[in-house]
Amino acid sequence: MVLQPVIEKWPAAVSAVTIGAVKSEGGSRVQAIHIGGQNTLPLLFKEGQIPNPPKIAFEVWDMAPSEWPDELLRAWGKVINDPFKWAECCVKEHKAELICVKLQSFHPDYGNKDAAGAGKFIKELLRQMDVPLIITGCGDDAKDNQIIPVVSEAAKGERCLIGSAVQENYKTLVASVLADGHNIIAESPIDVNIAKQLNILISDIGLGLERIVMNPTIGALGYGLEYAYSIMERARLAALSGDKTLASPFICFSGQEAWRAKEAKLSAECGTIWETITSSVLIQAGADILVMRHPAAAAKVARHINNLFGRT
Amino acid sequence: MFIIGELINGMYAGIGKAIQNKDKAAIQECALKQVACGADALDINCGPASRKPLEDMPWLVETVQEVTDKTLCLDASKPLVIEAGLKAAKNKAMINSTTADSDKLNTLIPLALKYGSSLIGLTISAKGIPQNKDQRLELAAEIIAACSEKGFPIENLYLDPILMPVNVAQAQMKDILESIHEFKLMADPSPKTIVGLSNVSQGTSSRSLINRTFLAMSIAYGLDSAILDPLDGQLMDALITAELIMSKNIYCASYLDAYRKK
Repeated sequence: MVLQPVIEKWPAAVSAVTIGAVKSEGGSRVQAIHIGGQNTLPLLFKEGQIPNPPKIAFEVWDMAPSEWPDELLRAWGKVINDPFKWAECCVKEHKAELICVKLQSFHPDYGNKDAAGAGKFIKELLRQMDVPLIITGCGDDAKDNQIIPVVSEAAKGERCLIGSAVQENYKTLVASVLADGHNIIAESPIDVNIAKQLNILISDIGLGLERIVMNPTIGALGYGLEYAYSIMERARLAALSGDKTLASPFICFSGQEAWRAKEAKLSAECGTIWETITSSVLIQAGADILVMRHPAAAAKVARHINNLFGRT
Repeated sequence: MFIIGELINGMYAGIGKAIQNKDKAAIQECALKQVACGADALDINCGPASRKPLEDMPWLVETVQEVTDKTLCLDASKPLVIEAGLKAAKNKAMINSTTADSDKLNTLIPLALKYGSSLIGLTISAKGIPQNKDQRLELAAEIIAACSEKGFPIENLYLDPILMPVNVAQAQMKDILESIHEFKLMADPSPKTIVGLSNVSQGTSSRSLINRTFLAMSIAYGLDSAILDPLDGQLMDALITAELIMSKNIYCASYLDAYRKK
């Protein structure tokens, strides 16, 4: 007997988001990155269109991340002390097409730099490299409310992805991003109800749902990865069924979470394996951007994506 | 829930007068208000006072589709009036309605096929109003059989269990709710289910409360569609909340607004 495959068709699609503006659009990026736009669940190529494979963003800090595990510090070497060289190394040596810079040095507990310097830093970073940029604040709400408006203005016209808006702190960030033509990261604590609510709050200010990328928050392998998967799956099923308020692409900080696992620090290889597996599973869950830390893990996941999408 | 706004009906004084005076603006305002409040489709009924339903029906259809492309639910007892509406309709249409009588089925199913419209099937016949669940299921089976025989897609059939006023037929309410559930099991793919909600509260003292309570209960029994007054905000809130409880939508603090934004 020949079994007929069950082909599911969905009435709606994930919104397509563009990160980076090229010269003709008023920016200075060598190319723009497109994410989202799929009208089916992850990797079900026969059920619909998946126009954009998941993208890897290399995580770069504006200060040396001295607390990172030794293997990460070793992998990057000296460049880790200079964010411009670090970003350059990502692009030139590791073919990064997207950089995610974290403005850690402005955090009250990590240098507490004056907010005014953030604009100058981002301008210089944009001058020195030409791939699209994701910018995240230091994670301290009060300080982020100072630095993000400065950074957003400095990067005006470059259509960055800027974050992170959270339920308790989104108004200042969204207003800046809206004014300067960027996209926003909406971050929720592994909670689909809050993810939906935050998207509504952001769109109520006037930033279109098609300019939001959701950070659902994830756990690494062994640390809640399945739970993160189930939340992402639920949001995506709702999106494909027509819930526009959940139809944003996902950004997942898989590097950050994987390297927090104690198993990642067991040996030189373990961390890379942990980051690779965590990221690979998140592709199955529907991640559109993976923010990664170890270049070897990023290379493995990039190869995996190419295999999945039938490219060599 | 597929929501059909009930307000464009010549039975209502304002609409009846607007039809008589060919007052497009009044009809269009009524259409747009219902759409703004969440109607997915609009019922169109010339009302019993219309002396020229064959002219009034297409005029109403043309008037309404000038301002919205929502589905129009053409509501008349005479097939000729329905066909006049179908001819004028540019967008999706529903036939409201056929009974389980063979002459009606033989006329209206071919019409629905010809114009690609969906069809509301009332579980009622010339023999009278059904008195219990079994009679409803029997009439539903006759309608489904006629549709299958004529090649009409069952998923475009909306079965109506005939909602009676609670003060007239209190003993039937439970049967009606159970019929909604059991209609869904009668074919694969399932037929849709529908009620004309306002009937349940005819002649009662608390119309809005009875309407929204019955709607919430029937959603729990799997109701797909209702003809109702979308301008009743509390009714719509109850509808959205009942669907939330049935996990049709994902909860968030602003779930009422979120639903209305769709």
